[in-house]
Amino acid sequence: MSRALLDAPDVARVVDRIAHQILEKTDGATDTVVLGIPTRGVPLARRLAARVHAFEGVEVPVGVLDVTLHRDDLRLRGVRALESTVEPPGGVEGKLVVLVDDVLYSGRTVRAALDALRDLGRPRAVQLAVLVDRGHRELPIRADYVGKNVPTSQAENVRVLLAETDGRDAVLLERQEVAAR
Amino acid sequence: MKHLLSAGDLSRDEALTVLDTAVRMDEALAGREVKKLPTLRGRTVVNLFFEDSTRTRISFELAAKRLSADVVTFSAKGSSVSKGESLKDTALTLEAMGADAVVCRHAMSGAPHRLAGWVRGSVLNAGDGTHEHPTQALLDAYTMRRRLGRVDGLRVAIVGDVLHSRVARSNVLLLHTLGAEVTLVAPPTLLPVGVAEWPAAVSYDLDATLPKADVVMMLRVQRERMGQAYFPSEREYSRRYGLDRHRMGLLPDDAIVMHPGPMNRGMEIAAEVADDPRRSTIVEQVSNGVSVRMAVLYLLLGGAQ
Amino acid sequence: MSTWLIKGVAPYGGDPVDLLVADGVIAEGSAAGAQVLDAAGLVALPGLVDLHTHLREPGREDAETVQTGSRAAALGGYTAVHAMANTDPVADTAGVVEQVWRLGREAGLVDVRPVGAVTVGLRGERLAELGAMADSAARVRVFSDDGMAVHDPQLMRRALEYVKAFGGVVAQHAEEPRLTEGAQMNEGVVAARLGLTGWPAAAEEAMIARDVLLAAHVGSRLHVCHVSTAGSVDILRWAKAKGTRVTAEVTPHHLLLTDDLAATYDPVYKVNPPLRTAQDVAALRAGLADGTIDAIATDHAPHALEDKETEWGAARPGMLGLETALSVAVLAMRETGLLDWRGLAERMSAAPARIGGLPAPGLVVGAPASLTLVDPAARWTPDPAASASRSRNTPYAGRELPARVVATFLRGEPTVLDGKATR
Ligand SMILES: [Zn+2]
Repeated sequence: MSRALLDAPDVARVVDRIAHQILEKTDGATDTVVLGIPTRGVPLARRLAARVHAFEGVEVPVGVLDVTLHRDDLRLRGVRALESTVEPPGGVEGKLVVLVDDVLYSGRTVRAALDALRDLGRPRAVQLAVLVDRGHRELPIRADYVGKNVPTSQAENVRVLLAETDGRDAVLLERQEVAAR
Repeated sequence: MKHLLSAGDLSRDEALTVLDTAVRMDEALAGREVKKLPTLRGRTVVNLFFEDSTRTRISFELAAKRLSADVVTFSAKGSSVSKGESLKDTALTLEAMGADAVVCRHAMSGAPHRLAGWVRGSVLNAGDGTHEHPTQALLDAYTMRRRLGRVDGLRVAIVGDVLHSRVARSNVLLLHTLGAEVTLVAPPTLLPVGVAEWPAAVSYDLDATLPKADVVMMLRVQRERMGQAYFPSEREYSRRYGLDRHRMGLLPDDAIVMHPGPMNRGMEIAAEVADDPRRSTIVEQVSNGVSVRMAVLYLLLGGAQ
Repeated sequence: MSTWLIKGVAPYGGDPVDLLVADGVIAEGSAAGAQVLDAAGLVALPGLVDLHTHLREPGREDAETVQTGSRAAALGGYTAVHAMANTDPVADTAGVVEQVWRLGREAGLVDVRPVGAVTVGLRGERLAELGAMADSAARVRVFSDDGMAVHDPQLMRRALEYVKAFGGVVAQHAEEPRLTEGAQMNEGVVAARLGLTGWPAAAEEAMIARDVLLAAHVGSRLHVCHVSTAGSVDILRWAKAKGTRVTAEVTPHHLLLTDDLAATYDPVYKVNPPLRTAQDVAALRAGLADGTIDAIATDHAPHALEDKETEWGAARPGMLGLETALSVAVLAMRETGLLDWRGLAERMSAAPARIGGLPAPGLVVGAPASLTLVDPAARWTPDPAASASRSRNTPYAGRELPARVVATFLRGEPTVLDGKATR
């Protein structure tokens, strides 16, 4: 069973809004880079950078930050394939880094991302942008930019689909037999 | 992947995943001061070495430690292993310790297969008798890919004591899976009966093979084989099957020279060939070994079990 | 002595008859007072005779004893077994063979016929006192260094000649030792892949070729143990065509199993000579069917758990065979149409009795009532834990087999009834 939380036009609107918020909160995105967390954080980061550029003509460097090797919850799932970490042009040293992920849930991915980020350098500040915040945090972590807050039960699953990875844009709420995290 | 016992167990996709993962490991550690990732924190890796092999043991130890696993090493010397305790008893002990993975090196072919039937954790074959040494083949393929950009379509000559070589067996299987063309070059005495069924060509003539090889992999030849009439003398062996400067000149321009070590300089490989900075990958193979073993440990232990 | 009326049994799978067993022989006349055994649907065969059994006593009573081995034999339909000489101490003196023979009598389940060693201590250096063993209470007629070959050709020639004096036969474990140093399995494609040292077929064939030439030269009888290769069958066929007095046996496992089982590295499949290829199996079946190979012999080789639950290279070679031999023979030979029940009885009873110097078994009136009753329709799956043997090393665990022994009689007394040993 699944039900759509956001459809394609909703996703586009939400991305636009976050792009505007980033421009506001980062003083026009100066010295700012976006780092996507694989899998779907990466196309989201690219879209945000593209929208920022469209609105204000600012080039925001985009990078990829694979956090798998830093996760502390690997035992809970099958082995994940590792993705390349790609430093944004110009690096992260002294920059304002906006981490981008699709769903914020327990907060463990973000914690791993903060650890992984340390290997790339020392940013001036780190912010977090997510498409969906579904609650149930297990760590003191919150997002600076949230596309949509969705109260969920742990028996539910939030699935983000993006054209780049899944052929279409949507956010679905699914009920599942066993809650996987 | 539950165990890694034979290079032949790996599908093409699985083998490529190991190689890709090894690249990620390299990237993740590049430029780090502390070469350590938290990935396998809380996992226990037991290195069970019934046969002495300092380089393989250290390579696995480093790989496990760089992923923050707890590492315990049993070596043949100074442990119950050398006191006649059976493999089965050792397996039960490891079970009791809760080993998540057992890296097993053994002088008898198939010992890791037996172990895999007796322990719940993953078993990694780190070289068993004259059978296989799958991580060596993976690190060799990794080295080829780094040096030559690919494995698919490469012409690889494996030269020497194929009969007794676990490195040759694993390489033939893995390289075939990855699309390379393998030619085994050896005196007929050092090729197994039944080699015709292997996915590899066979030649007795090294000079004829070298001009068509992108990779030449020299195998260690033990001097004791001479006494068993596999070949008449060291001199004759190295004259017919050793890689010296002259023979190296027969190779295509960008061909590389590999050796799994330890080398018999002057026997199967001349010192000047082993040390040739352009062609020889021998030192690189050692460092690549750590990355590949990290990749394998991650793929075996980095998920739910 | 008890009297039995075995009702409705089919001798050699033929028309059902009632068999009267009285005073230890197959009898005629009144069945009054006889215990009745309803044998409808069962096949009667003369008691099976094994030429090649390792009973391990004295020396390795942890693996098997004469008692446990005898029980396994009776359950397999056997009424006589030849106990191999490679015990500890070796059965190379009258004293040891008499001890084994006496233990067999005490167990009372099968006739235990000790095999005498050809050479002292199986060392292949000098002849054991073959005559003393022949003259002993054990009346040894089969001599063998089984486990290893009598390698020295001169010694082999002398042994072949010497045993003529008392109608003995040398049973050779044909293996050229220099060609099998460190050997772990059949040399071939599978061994090459598994990295296990190969045991070449030529090591067996070369020894058989030498021995048939020697036997022909001195006009002696030769028996070849556990023939395992297609080439050996060819050599035997050639020798027999020339009139050489050679007989040969094949094991049940070499009629069924092949070397690819070694891929498990489970030493339950490690045996000497090793399992060979499917081509060899086919040639062995054909050779057994056409009489080139005279007999099926089990090479029943019990081993303690610690000798099998180990690395392949550290394990001892050998498999259990007594309880499964008839079923495997039915599977390999009868269900393939190569031998009928009478043919199986010839290969598993009459021929081995002849080779071992025992009276000819038969299901005729007046013959000793040593016989076995087989349910030809039964299917069963060997369970190592349920084996009567003290060891567990059957290669057939979990493999469904046809035909099952229901009852066995040794000279008129039941040793097995309802598939269970009587003692
Ligand atoms: Zn034998």
